[in-house]
Amino acid sequence: MEWSAFFLSLCLSLISVTILLVLGLLIARSLAWKRFVGKGVIEALITLPLVLPPTVLGYFFLRFLGRESMLGDWFESWFHEPLVFSFTGLVLASVIYSLPFAVQPMLRSFESIPQSIREAAWCCGLSHWQTFWRIELPLAMKGVLTGCVLSFAHTMGEFGVVLMVGGNIPGETRTISIALFDKVQTFDEGAADSMALFMLLFSLVLLILINLVGDKHLQGLK
Amino acid sequence: MALVVAIQQCEPINIDVEFSCKAGDVLAIVGPSGSGKTTLLRCIAGLHKPQNGFISFAGKLWFDAEKKFYVVPQQRQVGFVFQDFALFPHLTVLDNIQLAMPVSSKVGAHQLLARVHLTGLENRKPETLSGGQKQRVALARALAIEPQILLLDEPFSSVDQVTRRKLRLEMLQLTRQLAVPIILVTHDLDEACLLANKMVVLHKGVALQSGEPQVLLKKPANATVARLVDVKNLFNGTVIKHGGMSFLQWEAETLTLPGNPFDNGASVSWCIRSADILLHSRIRPSGGEKENPLTVTIEELMLVGGIFNLIVSLSGSHQVLLHMDLPPHVVERNHLKIGESINISIPEQAIHLMPTVVTDSVGN
Repeated sequence: MEWSAFFLSLCLSLISVTILLVLGLLIARSLAWKRFVGKGVIEALITLPLVLPPTVLGYFFLRFLGRESMLGDWFESWFHEPLVFSFTGLVLASVIYSLPFAVQPMLRSFESIPQSIREAAWCCGLSHWQTFWRIELPLAMKGVLTGCVLSFAHTMGEFGVVLMVGGNIPGETRTISIALFDKVQTFDEGAADSMALFMLLFSLVLLILINLVGDKHLQGLK
Repeated sequence: MALVVAIQQCEPINIDVEFSCKAGDVLAIVGPSGSGKTTLLRCIAGLHKPQNGFISFAGKLWFDAEKKFYVVPQQRQVGFVFQDFALFPHLTVLDNIQLAMPVSSKVGAHQLLARVHLTGLENRKPETLSGGQKQRVALARALAIEPQILLLDEPFSSVDQVTRRKLRLEMLQLTRQLAVPIILVTHDLDEACLLANKMVVLHKGVALQSGEPQVLLKKPANATVARLVDVKNLFNGTVIKHGGMSFLQWEAETLTLPGNPFDNGASVSWCIRSADILLHSRIRPSGGEKENPLTVTIEELMLVGGIFNLIVSLSGSHQVLLHMDLPPHVVERNHLKIGESINISIPEQAIHLMPTVVTDSVGN
């Protein structure tokens, strides 16, 4: 079991989910209940990483985050390290390719809140921020939690994009899925077995915990 | 402290309304579905900005399209009881009310609950409440903000008839206690007559007539209003003026009329309330001077809400039907049956003439 790869994956997922929680809430809350020209295009763009093959996505990341790109060049000039083949680049790529997993459940949850409830809150004197914090967020919590869980799981297990953007640098970009692939390539079945089994158990325990927390939260709402 | 509303818009829903409502007034807005009643309430609450016009309360401007001035709902202190109640599902009954209070107070919330007769349900969640209970919580929450205006959007439409009757009586008592303008949107004309001292009839967003409910029901401005307030006896006729007297030519009948402003030969619409048509007693037949006696045939006899509704046809014209309301004892004493001929009177003072308006369907 390659613990460094596991903890790197864990770290990557936790940081990505934290960013996606804020970003997802901002995007979902901005799009919910609104109708405007171009909304469909924005939603399609957000969903795009879901349908693109991971290697295609990874290729585009390489092109637009690489040393010869504007963003890559800027990043390297400021932080003196390349954006690709770095942990920071992995975080950026993870946030983008897990975005639909975060936004979609949150967006649907917000959209399911009747407009009359929001309006009732405004008539009760609640500001838009108070309405979001005390009414909308509690009611959309199931979608928010689902978004976080899905994007966490997706980031933990991603392979194609990570390999293209991050490579296989131990301690930097060698995630658990890359390490597992590596063990299989080198016919180290014992190590591959233990890593795969560990990830299976980890995912199962995590899902059980999340379901328990989710049920408790829903009971609290009831 | 008066609310003054003068707003117009073409889209998304046509509105052209002007009225005022002062403290202590209960204004009922009636009209068919889609006539803009709820949109009007939403404009007053600040939830929708009309294209033109202004809204002010107690001399303070809340909305002015020309000046691009708009006060948000949070600052209007308008108590709004939504048609679907819009209770916060994740909060208890007490929390729903406390959230609306300017200064949150459990004691105050309990008092409000007691006022709407819901003591004991503080810790229940909205999904466990009946329709009538939800309506009371919604009302308590609207009162919790210490409203300057109370808006009620079809508050009793989601409850059964028995509960509706109780809630109406409670609302009637409440309206007498509150010293704020109250605006009630309703389909139910009985409700409007019970609760309101003013009524506005809305059709496709346009206020067709306003006034006291009983006056409006008895004297609608035109045939469109008459249909909207469900006047059953609505007909066309021609005014004939001869020898200083006025008559109404209606089908094959000539009815006497009191003085009226219509010219000789004018085509008019006319109506009479079902309760104003008189039955000639079989025991003591009436001569019928100035009462326009007619012989009619009973086509239908229905007991509705404790009153008999008769549908009678004119002799010689079974297509022309009149509706009469009679108490059960009158029907029983006179042994009225379907198919029988009876004598009735249409008192001239009860005939209301209206200009003939070329209108489209009101969807009724």
